Amino acid sequence: MTLQTQHPTPTTLIVTRHFAAPPARVWAAHMEPALIQQWLLGPDGWTMPVCENDPRPGGKIRYEWREPATGHGFSMTGTYELVDAPHRSIHIEQMHLPDPTPENRVETRFDADGTGTLLTMTMTVADAATMEAMISSGMTDGMETSYKRLESLGFATA
Amino acid sequence: MPLDTTFAALADPTRLAILGRLAMGEATVNELAAPFAISQPAISRHIKVLEEAGLILRRTDGTHRPCRLAPQALDPLDDWLRHLRDDMERNYQRLDLLLAATPPGKEKP
Repeated sequence: MTLQTQHPTPTTLIVTRHFAAPPARVWAAHMEPALIQQWLLGPDGWTMPVCENDPRPGGKIRYEWREPATGHGFSMTGTYELVDAPHRSIHIEQMHLPDPTPENRVETRFDADGTGTLLTMTMTVADAATMEAMISSGMTDGMETSYKRLESLGFATA
Repeated sequence: MPLDTTFAALADPTRLAILGRLAMGEATVNELAAPFAISQPAISRHIKVLEEAGLILRRTDGTHRPCRLAPQALDPLDDWLRHLRDDMERNYQRLDLLLAATPPGKEKP
């Protein structure tokens, strides 16, 4: 049930994971702000004070995360290109740290898998340098914080 | 080695193919050039990029300089992928709990 990643090309990352709920419910958890705010949080302790999501073509996305202990935070903005509820969506997103990172095209599929759902998220950037910029700046920001916290607690991280 | 150097080195299908060949064992420049319809100097340039990125090592064997994969060649990439997986998995475990807790039918379709 833990997620799998594939990195088939320098510009593509594919994430897959199974959920024990039908596609309509997993879709709703990805599209309704009141639900998104309960899980899309990053490291423990982070909050999501802003969560705006308009799931239709041209609709806007705005998420803001904050670490209460330090006040540190960042945001994500995006736009939907395709919305085929509850099966598939495509959106473009970028982080703001506060400077904007390169754009990342994300296709998300919610396919029935037995009684549950197989989520497949394909992230594509324009070139390998963009992939590097995305991962070395925004996407790893929250991860580094949690990684350091694990180290300080004495947990092996290797 | 900074991740950007690693990714720049990987951002080329010929270089990826060279790494793939070296995953099967050591090879000389001639052996690496054989499958490609490009010049040996071009292959040498690719090898230089990979060497400067710390992805391959070379030894001297008479007049040859065989190449092999560096032992920790792709560790930074693997490390990053592992951190990304851990971060996303933490979120998805919260989503598991949310999906298990919310009674079906309470959400809008």
